Amino acid sequence: MLKIKDLHASVEDKTILRGINLEVKAGEVHAIMGPNGSGKSTLASVIAGKEEYEVDKGDIILEGNDIGELEADERAHKGVFLSFQYPVEIPGVSVTNFMKTAINETRKARGLADMPANEMLKLIREKAELLEIDRKFLSRSLNQGFSGGEKKRNEIFQMAMLEPKLAILDETDSGLDIDALRIVANGVNKLKSKDNATIVITHYQRLLDYIVPDYVHVIYDGRIVKSGGKELAHELEEKGYDWIKEEVNA
Amino acid sequence: MELKEKLLSSFLAFENQVDVDTYVHDIRSNAIKAFETKGFPNKKDEAWKYTSLNKILKEDYSVFSKEENALEYSDVKKYFIHDIDSYKIIFIDGKYSSHLSETTHEGMDVCLMSAALTKPKYRLVIENYFNKIAKDDSLASLNTAFSHEGAFINIPKNKLAEKPIQIIHFSTGNEAALMLQPRNLIVVGENSHVQIIERHQSLTSNPVLTNSVTEIFANKRAIVDYYKVQNDEQNASLIDNTYINQKQQSHVSLHTFSFGGKLTRNNLNFYQNGERIDSTLKGVTIIGDKQHVDHNTLVHHIEPNCESHQDYKGIFGDNSTGVFNGKVVVEKEAQKTNAFQANNNILVSDKASINTKPQLEIFADDVKCSHGCTIGQLDESAMFYLRSRGIPEKEAKALLMYAFANNVLESVKIPQLKKRITKLIANKLGVNIGFDL
Repeated sequence: MLKIKDLHASVEDKTILRGINLEVKAGEVHAIMGPNGSGKSTLASVIAGKEEYEVDKGDIILEGNDIGELEADERAHKGVFLSFQYPVEIPGVSVTNFMKTAINETRKARGLADMPANEMLKLIREKAELLEIDRKFLSRSLNQGFSGGEKKRNEIFQMAMLEPKLAILDETDSGLDIDALRIVANGVNKLKSKDNATIVITHYQRLLDYIVPDYVHVIYDGRIVKSGGKELAHELEEKGYDWIKEEVNA
Repeated sequence: MELKEKLLSSFLAFENQVDVDTYVHDIRSNAIKAFETKGFPNKKDEAWKYTSLNKILKEDYSVFSKEENALEYSDVKKYFIHDIDSYKIIFIDGKYSSHLSETTHEGMDVCLMSAALTKPKYRLVIENYFNKIAKDDSLASLNTAFSHEGAFINIPKNKLAEKPIQIIHFSTGNEAALMLQPRNLIVVGENSHVQIIERHQSLTSNPVLTNSVTEIFANKRAIVDYYKVQNDEQNASLIDNTYINQKQQSHVSLHTFSFGGKLTRNNLNFYQNGERIDSTLKGVTIIGDKQHVDHNTLVHHIEPNCESHQDYKGIFGDNSTGVFNGKVVVEKEAQKTNAFQANNNILVSDKASINTKPQLEIFADDVKCSHGCTIGQLDESAMFYLRSRGIPEKEAKALLMYAFANNVLESVKIPQLKKRITKLIANKLGVNIGFDL
């Protein structure tokens, strides 16, 4: 599904990623952990195609195609989805209108006609139910005045609507109470299939109790310095990140 | 011949054509004298610092259309809000078109200025209201001198006008260049309510200059919702002079949608003569090419406990230019005034520009007044958010610009008009996305 080879990236001439190698296969869940400022969110933004980030070296291959030069919307059309750590508030655009536009633009890019209105409504209703989203919520302006939990549920709702091949969840657990966390995790788990893959970026192990990863990677100073199974997450929770830093700096 | 001389020499011929009623005749004669003295405004006038009429005044305009021109409804249907039942007062090259109009005298008068100015039964209304609030500056005076035709709407008290009124001025291009001076008078009685949509529409690329004056009187507790749709052809220019006199507890809202035309100047003046009045002035401007739109607003708070809300949004592309000059005066007696003003702009091109200037003159000490103006570009993080969901750059920009303008649309009370404006905005932004609301 996704192959990242020796990825170096910088923002405003400051190098953040210093050689990331990662392979994610279809059906897998990978967790990426690491201390603050290690490059986790940068990796997410670089995969999704944020313009401010400069790829200095390396490849991002999605299903055999190099997507490193594509615009963010073109990557989305190929099946990349980023759940934002801080979803942007867009007053004046309703959740529903936003979703309709996103779906139909994606369909257009894939050579498909617009989704018929009744089908769209049905899909919206179905996915809103999955995330326990009230219908009134859908006519509100995108993320405007949403609570932290509502914003994250809305992100996963969008993911459910767009059915990406590769979903990257950037700190989806931050700002969530335990109920919202369960709803969000439940949504993500129900969307999992053998044909898609998920990268979960998190600082804490908590989310991984709900979304159980097949692999855990630790980023430090722009590199993946340790990989392992889900038990690595527990170890990090117990011991913190200092021992990793020491290992790396030794 | 310079336009000014042409107008002065046409005046006598004009006065001979129309009935010489002494009352109006005196008003016209004084007005032409005022115009003769003042001439057209130029950049030395503070109020015209950023808007130059020089270029558009150079055209050799016909001051009157030489012939009666007709239009078929099917050819101009698209300029109407045609999916609602409405009264229509339609003019073609400055002359009334009975064929396209739908007027009434049942319970209220929705008819013609030419009738109101000449028929004895309107005499009292004319004496009470005509030219009472229009300023005596050069352009309004010029219009007053040639005042003859336009919309006349007189709604008695306790009357709900059950359908909106559309006023449309078409110009056919049968004259190489045409100057139009429509004059509208709208009197809304106590407790009455009316919705009005006004549009000026040229049908060719021949130059047209419209210098329009509209006087609106909202009596006690009257509600007036007025919408101006400005989406004209590339060589059509409009100077719109609108004066609104409000009595106590009246609510008047005026929306201006400026999407086209060569030069558009909106002189919009609200006078609050009573307590607990609400005045709303909103506008969306989306222009490109070398277009120019200038909003010059005045809200005059004269008595206590009144409100005014101004919200103007502008999106400027290519080499277009915009001006916002919003003046709020709060008199000493006007305590507890709430006056808000916002002017937010997005410059889409490096060559576009906007001059924005709030002017607050506050003489009362217990008031809430705010103003804010911003000039910015589209938010990068919002762009990335939309694009990460598969929305391409152009559509994402359009969506953000639409969202930017959207809260002005929220207060449009005629759904079909709102839908139309939404469509115009989408067209203007060059996209076709599901903006259904």
